[in-house]
Amino acid sequence: MKDQADGYVTADGRQIGPVVMEMKNITLRFGGVEAIKDISLDIREGEIRAIIGPNGAGKSSMLNVISGFYVPQDGEVWYKGSRRAAMKPFQVAQQGIARTFQNIALFEGMSVLDNVMTGRLTHMETGLFWQSLWKGKAEREETANREVAEKIIDFLEIQAIRKTPVSRLSYGLKKRVELARALAAEPSILLLDEPMAGMNVEEKEDMSRFILDVNDEFGTTIVLIEHDMGVVMDLSDRVVVMDYGKKIGDGTPHEVRNNQDVIDAYLGVAHDD
Amino acid sequence: MLYRESGDFSSSYAEDSQTFPIKFDRYRYYFVMFIAIAVIPFLINDYWVNSLFLPFLIYAIAAIGLNILVGYCGQVSLGTGGFMAVGAYACYKLMTSFPDVSMLVHVLLSGLVTAAVGVLFGLPSLRIKGFYLAVATLAAQFFLVWLFNRVPWFYNYSASGQISAPERTFFGINITGANTQAWATYLFCLMFVIFSAYVARNLTRGSVGRKWMAIRDMDIAAEIIGVNPLRAKLTAFAISSFFIGISGALFFAIYLGAVEVGEVFGIQKSFLVLFMIIIGGLGSIFGSFAGAAFLVLLPVVLKIVGVDWLGWPTDIVAHLQLVIVGGLIIVFLIAEPHGLAQLWRVAKEKLRLWPFPH
Repeated sequence: MKDQADGYVTADGRQIGPVVMEMKNITLRFGGVEAIKDISLDIREGEIRAIIGPNGAGKSSMLNVISGFYVPQDGEVWYKGSRRAAMKPFQVAQQGIARTFQNIALFEGMSVLDNVMTGRLTHMETGLFWQSLWKGKAEREETANREVAEKIIDFLEIQAIRKTPVSRLSYGLKKRVELARALAAEPSILLLDEPMAGMNVEEKEDMSRFILDVNDEFGTTIVLIEHDMGVVMDLSDRVVVMDYGKKIGDGTPHEVRNNQDVIDAYLGVAHDD
Repeated sequence: MLYRESGDFSSSYAEDSQTFPIKFDRYRYYFVMFIAIAVIPFLINDYWVNSLFLPFLIYAIAAIGLNILVGYCGQVSLGTGGFMAVGAYACYKLMTSFPDVSMLVHVLLSGLVTAAVGVLFGLPSLRIKGFYLAVATLAAQFFLVWLFNRVPWFYNYSASGQISAPERTFFGINITGANTQAWATYLFCLMFVIFSAYVARNLTRGSVGRKWMAIRDMDIAAEIIGVNPLRAKLTAFAISSFFIGISGALFFAIYLGAVEVGEVFGIQKSFLVLFMIIIGGLGSIFGSFAGAAFLVLLPVVLKIVGVDWLGWPTDIVAHLQLVIVGGLIIVFLIAEPHGLAQLWRVAKEKLRLWPFPH
């Protein structure tokens, strides 16, 4: 079913498209340490793709390679049918890849609304001159983008804290604002680095619902790293398992759960004495 | 009771994003503008203009400029004096080379020249941050002052090494040189203040301002959401230097009339403007005005109270001023890093609920 090149329909009726991003034989080194060893993986349009693995497996490094923050020493990144040249992170963002961070990276000195509006920056292009006049072009652009930002704010149910400085918010709300900022860019691929870390069960449920809704309503492709196995197995269409920088499993949650290598990595292998 | 926003609803995003969304604020702003434009010019004389209004207006422009760089974009600069000198010397060269052109054009062009110089010295900001960037801009400060001292072309080979403003007019009214009217110089500077505040406000509330603040708050995250850091920082340096250049040009041409670069545009000037925005409020246009007003008023008030009323010796009052400013800087840095502007904001929040805070 999922071998069809131009996509398939999931059991719950979502349309999964063709491969939108493909990583081929990625190797990433920091000095002598190989964080990622010869990993290939593909991401299909519209799917929720999870990357899991024990601590230090290289999951975040992988996400950083996708978002252009790290440039791998070996391997190729193919995005929307063409090979991606080495580029700066802001250029990757302009191509429609947005992300959230493991440790919240919001702009603390700005209001929630301003944070979400920074997510729209890749869609705003009025020059300095018109912006300095405000009336006319700049105001129109601001209003148009404000409408998109407000839709996201409604969607994530953070209307009430719109004008609150981010530094005053709780941890769970900050995570949500960060998701809003990433969504505001209307990305084609959304990278979530541990969106549920440090949350209680209710907050996790909320966040899971938002992730599914985002995928469903906007058709956004989502790549997420998460440690909560229950969440991962419930949310994702396909899962990549990493351990010590290597890929040890790749497939549907069901396939991965029954993969002996994965079980060994998570539970440890009994050593013969 | 005094300050209410009830019944004040925005019905469009454009209305919501205006500078003074609350009606009371808006009317107060119109009132202040009316006083500044239509009342003060009829009341002032040379003493008030030279001791209070001109320095306040001109420092306000410089503070707005520096606030864009330090308060909004987070790039610490100690080169303000040097950049003001660039504006002053650019203005001098333009005034003497093109005597028939309006002062308006000269001052704006001086700003543009300074913007270009600012971008040049802003280039290292991509690689170095914080304290080290401050030292790099300090180099700009000393280099520029040295340059204007040592290259005679800049001061037209005058024997004294000073530059002095020839008589120039704006719409036929003398605004530089010996025969100026108080109201004319005041209005000329006020025009630039309004222009600077308007432009700065529009830039900081739009997408450029958000780019600057994103760089200030977390530069790595800013880059990952699509901000080109080099461009954002260099535009901040350019816009900031543009305003500082204008203030330097006005400081020389309108306020002082004659300038010796090391004395007027030395490192003390850089610190003075930096103190203004620290006391006034980093990242706030209103704070730039508050800080400029405070540091211009302080010596005048101290002189009136200390020398005229209490009869203290002048030097003690002058030293007392240094002590007070130094102490205030420390107090503000520890207790209220966002300065007078934040105090004002808190006061407004309290007033909204007063007298029933619960």
